[in-house]
Amino acid sequence: MDFSRDFDLLILGGGNAALCAAITAREAGASVLLVESAPRHFRGGNSRHTRNMRTMHGAPLDVLADAYPEQEYWEDLLKVTGGLTDERLARLAIRRTEEHLPWMRRHGVRFQAPLGGTLHLARTNAFFLGGGKALVNAYYACAEALGVDIAYECEVVDMSVVDGRFESATVLHAGAEHRVRARACVAAAGGFESNLEWLREAWGPPADNFIIRGTPYNLGKVLKLLLAAGARSVSDPTQGHCVAIDARSPKFDGGIVTRVDAVSLGIVVNRDARRFYDEGEDFWPKRYAIWGRLVAGQPDQIGYAIIDAKSMGKFMPPVFPPVRAGTLGELARALGLDAASLEATVAGFNAAIVRGTFDHTRLDDCATRGIEPPKRHWARAIDTPPFFAYPLRPGITFTYLGVAVDEKARMLMQDGRPASNIFAAGEIMAGNVLGKGYLAGIGMAIGTTFGRIAGEEAARHARG
Amino acid sequence: MPAAEAPGLQALVEEAQRVLSICNACRYCEGYCAVFPALERRLSFTEGDVHYLANLCHNCGSCLYACQYAPPHEFQLNFPRLMAQARNQTYRHYAWPAFLGRAFERNGWVVSLATAACLALVFAFTAWYASPERFFAAWSDAQGSFYAVLPHEALVTAFGSAFLYVLFALAMSFNRFWAGTGERLADFLHPVPLAAAKWDAAGLRYLDGGGDGCTYPDEKPSFARRHFHHLTFYGFMLCFAATSVATVYHYVFGWKAPYPMASLPVVLGVLGGIGLVIGPVGLLWLKSRRDAELVDPSQDGMDAGFIALLLLTSLTGLALLFLRETRAMGMLLAAHLGVVLALFLTLPYGKFVHAVYRFAALVRFHIERRRPLPDVAAE
Repeated sequence: MDFSRDFDLLILGGGNAALCAAITAREAGASVLLVESAPRHFRGGNSRHTRNMRTMHGAPLDVLADAYPEQEYWEDLLKVTGGLTDERLARLAIRRTEEHLPWMRRHGVRFQAPLGGTLHLARTNAFFLGGGKALVNAYYACAEALGVDIAYECEVVDMSVVDGRFESATVLHAGAEHRVRARACVAAAGGFESNLEWLREAWGPPADNFIIRGTPYNLGKVLKLLLAAGARSVSDPTQGHCVAIDARSPKFDGGIVTRVDAVSLGIVVNRDARRFYDEGEDFWPKRYAIWGRLVAGQPDQIGYAIIDAKSMGKFMPPVFPPVRAGTLGELARALGLDAASLEATVAGFNAAIVRGTFDHTRLDDCATRGIEPPKRHWARAIDTPPFFAYPLRPGITFTYLGVAVDEKARMLMQDGRPASNIFAAGEIMAGNVLGKGYLAGIGMAIGTTFGRIAGEEAARHARG
Repeated sequence: MPAAEAPGLQALVEEAQRVLSICNACRYCEGYCAVFPALERRLSFTEGDVHYLANLCHNCGSCLYACQYAPPHEFQLNFPRLMAQARNQTYRHYAWPAFLGRAFERNGWVVSLATAACLALVFAFTAWYASPERFFAAWSDAQGSFYAVLPHEALVTAFGSAFLYVLFALAMSFNRFWAGTGERLADFLHPVPLAAAKWDAAGLRYLDGGGDGCTYPDEKPSFARRHFHHLTFYGFMLCFAATSVATVYHYVFGWKAPYPMASLPVVLGVLGGIGLVIGPVGLLWLKSRRDAELVDPSQDGMDAGFIALLLLTSLTGLALLFLRETRAMGMLLAAHLGVVLALFLTLPYGKFVHAVYRFAALVRFHIERRRPLPDVAAE
C-alpha cells in the first residue's frame, strides 16, 4: 500500500457508512483510500452484526410489504428517543431510505423475507440476505472492483486538523507510521464502546460488568481525535444501544445470538432475588432496548430472567442453555442467590396475579395487583417445575456520543461552523438522530444515508 | 487429514448441537437454502436431525462467508465443514450391508481398487472368451463387432445382476435413513411433497445461494457448479436412456448392436457422453480451486473418485463409439465395460449415495413445511 500517494478522499473506518461513502465517492470519480483498523476477517465494524435496515416506503417495495410512511417512521423514532433527536437530520435519514434499497441492490446487497420470529418487522425492516457480514462482503467486493484502495489493520493514531480543515492523518500499518494526505476526509470509524477505559470513565466501576456485543475494534480513536480538534459533540457518553444479554456471552463480538427473549414471559430478579421493573410493560421488541440500562442500574450489574416449564420453548431460542432446577430453592442455589428470598419474591408475585386470558401476541389482561413493581401483561404464576433461569448482563451494542453534522454530513465545529473538508457518517454521528433509545434497523438507515451523502459531498469538494 | 482421524458420529452430534444452537439463535442465513428453515423448527438436535440437515446441505459455502461467527471468531463456527463431516457419517452409517460402510473411510482407494478389479475381470473374461486374433481384429458394424469379443448373454447377466444388486442396496440404505428420520414410508410416498422434492432436485434449486449462485469454488457467487452438475446428471441420464433404448431395440425389435451413427441410442449416447465429459471435468476443475476452509479434506478421494469414474465412463464410451470398426475395439470395449461395471458396483459405496440421501432429505423438508411451525413467540 502506497500511503504517500495523493488521495482525493481518505475514509477512516470500514463499516457500512464508510463503504457507502467510498463507493459513492469513487463512482463520482474521486480517488479513495479506505483505512480499516480490523483485519480482513473482522472487517466492517458493527455492520457485520446487523441484519436489516428500517426503510420508509409509500407502497410495497422489494421485500417490504404495505407502506411505512415518513410520518409513522418519524413518530416511532420520536417515541424511543423521547424527543432527543434532530428532526431535520432524522427526517433526512428517513426519507433517503426508500431510494437506498435499489442502490444497495445495484451494489451487490441482496435481501430476504423477514427471518423466523421477526414477522413484526416485515413491514418496516428490509432484511439482508445472509445478514450484515454478507452486506459488508458485497460492498467490499464492489469497492475493490471500482478501484477503491483498502488498507486493513490500519489504525489512525493522529490527525492534523487546522482551523476546521483536515490536512493529514497519521496511520499505523504493519508496524510503521505513515502520513496520509487527502483533499477531504470522511470519519466513519464508529463509536467508542470497545474502549473499556472510556466506558469506565463514563459509567464508573459498573462498566467493568458490561459486555460489548459488537466489534472489539471500535475504540473511539477517531472520535477522540476529532473532539480534540474542536468538533462539536452530540449526545453523551452514557447513551447508547444497550440491551440485556446472556451473562455468559463472550466479552466482545457475541452479536445477535446473545439476546435473551424470555423476559416478558417470567420475572427478572437482581442479585438480592428482588424484582426491579415491570417485565410486561409492552411488547418485547419495543421494550427490549431498555433492559440493558435497567440491569446496569442493579447491584453488580446482574439480573436473572426466571421462567417455569409453561414458558419454555415459547420464545426465540437463546444460544446458551438455561440454568435448570426442579425447585425454586435449587434454582436459587444454582444461581448463587438466597433461596428464601427468591421463594418469597416468587410467592409474592404469584399471589398478586389477577386471573386473565394469557395471550403473548397481544397486550393481554394477565396482570398483577398490589405489588411493586407491577407486571402489567403476561403475568402467569411461576409454579410449574422445572424452573429455568438465564443470567443477564448489560450488553452494549453501540454508543451515541459523537460529532455534530449538518445535512451535507459536514462535521460541525464547536462554534457551529461546518468543517470545510471533514465529513462524518455512521455510528460516529448517529447521536445526532438518536439521543437515546433505539429503533431496530435505524443504525443502518443513518449509516447508509449519511455515508452516501458524505461520499457525494466529499467527492464534490475534493474534485472541485 | 487422514480419514482415520475424522470425528466420530457422537462427537459430531455434540458439535452439531453447539453449532445448530448458534444458528438457531441467529437465523441470518435463512434465505440461502433449505437447511436453515429446517433447523429453526427444532430446539434440540438428535442424531437423526443431524443426518437429515447434513444431507439438505450442498456445501455451497454462502453461510460461512456470511457468518459473523466463522473462524477466527471464538465461536469457531464452520457450518459447511461440519455438515460435510456429518454427511460422511451418514454414508457410513446407512450403507448396506453395514460392514461395507467402511468403504467410506478410504473411499478414493476403494473406488480405485474396485475399478482396477473390474477392469481386470472384464479383460480376463474377454481373453478367455475371444482368441487374441478375434480380440485384436477390426470388425465392421455389419459383423456385429461387440459380440465377437463378448457374448451378449454374459453382458446381460453381469450388468443385469449388478444393476439389481445396486438398486437393492440403495433401497436398503434409503429405508434405513428414512426410518432414522422418524417419518413413515407412507409420508414419503405422498405425492405433494414428493413432487416438490423432485422439482427441487431436477433443477438443483438450492444450488443458487439464495439468488446469485453458490459461493463455489470461492467467495464470488456463480452458477458454474449448478451448470456442471446439470451436464453431469443429465449426461448420465441420456447415457442411461441410450442403454434403455438399445435394450428395447434388442429384445423387442431384435435389432442387434452396434447401431448406426444416426440411430437413437447412438445420438442419445453421444449427447450424454459429451455432457458426461464436460460436466465432470468442470466439477473436478471447480473442486481443485475450492476454498479449503469449507471442505472436509478426508472426503476428497470420495468426491474425485466418483467424478473420475463418470469421466472414464464417457471417455471410454465415446472412444469405443468412434473406433469401433478398428483393431482397438476389443481393448476399448473391455475398458468401457470394466469402468461401467466399477461405476455400477461402487454406486452404493461412493459419492453417488448423496443423490439418495439428499433426495430423501428434500422430501422430508417438504413434508415438514406442510406442518405448523412450533409455537415460538416473536423475539
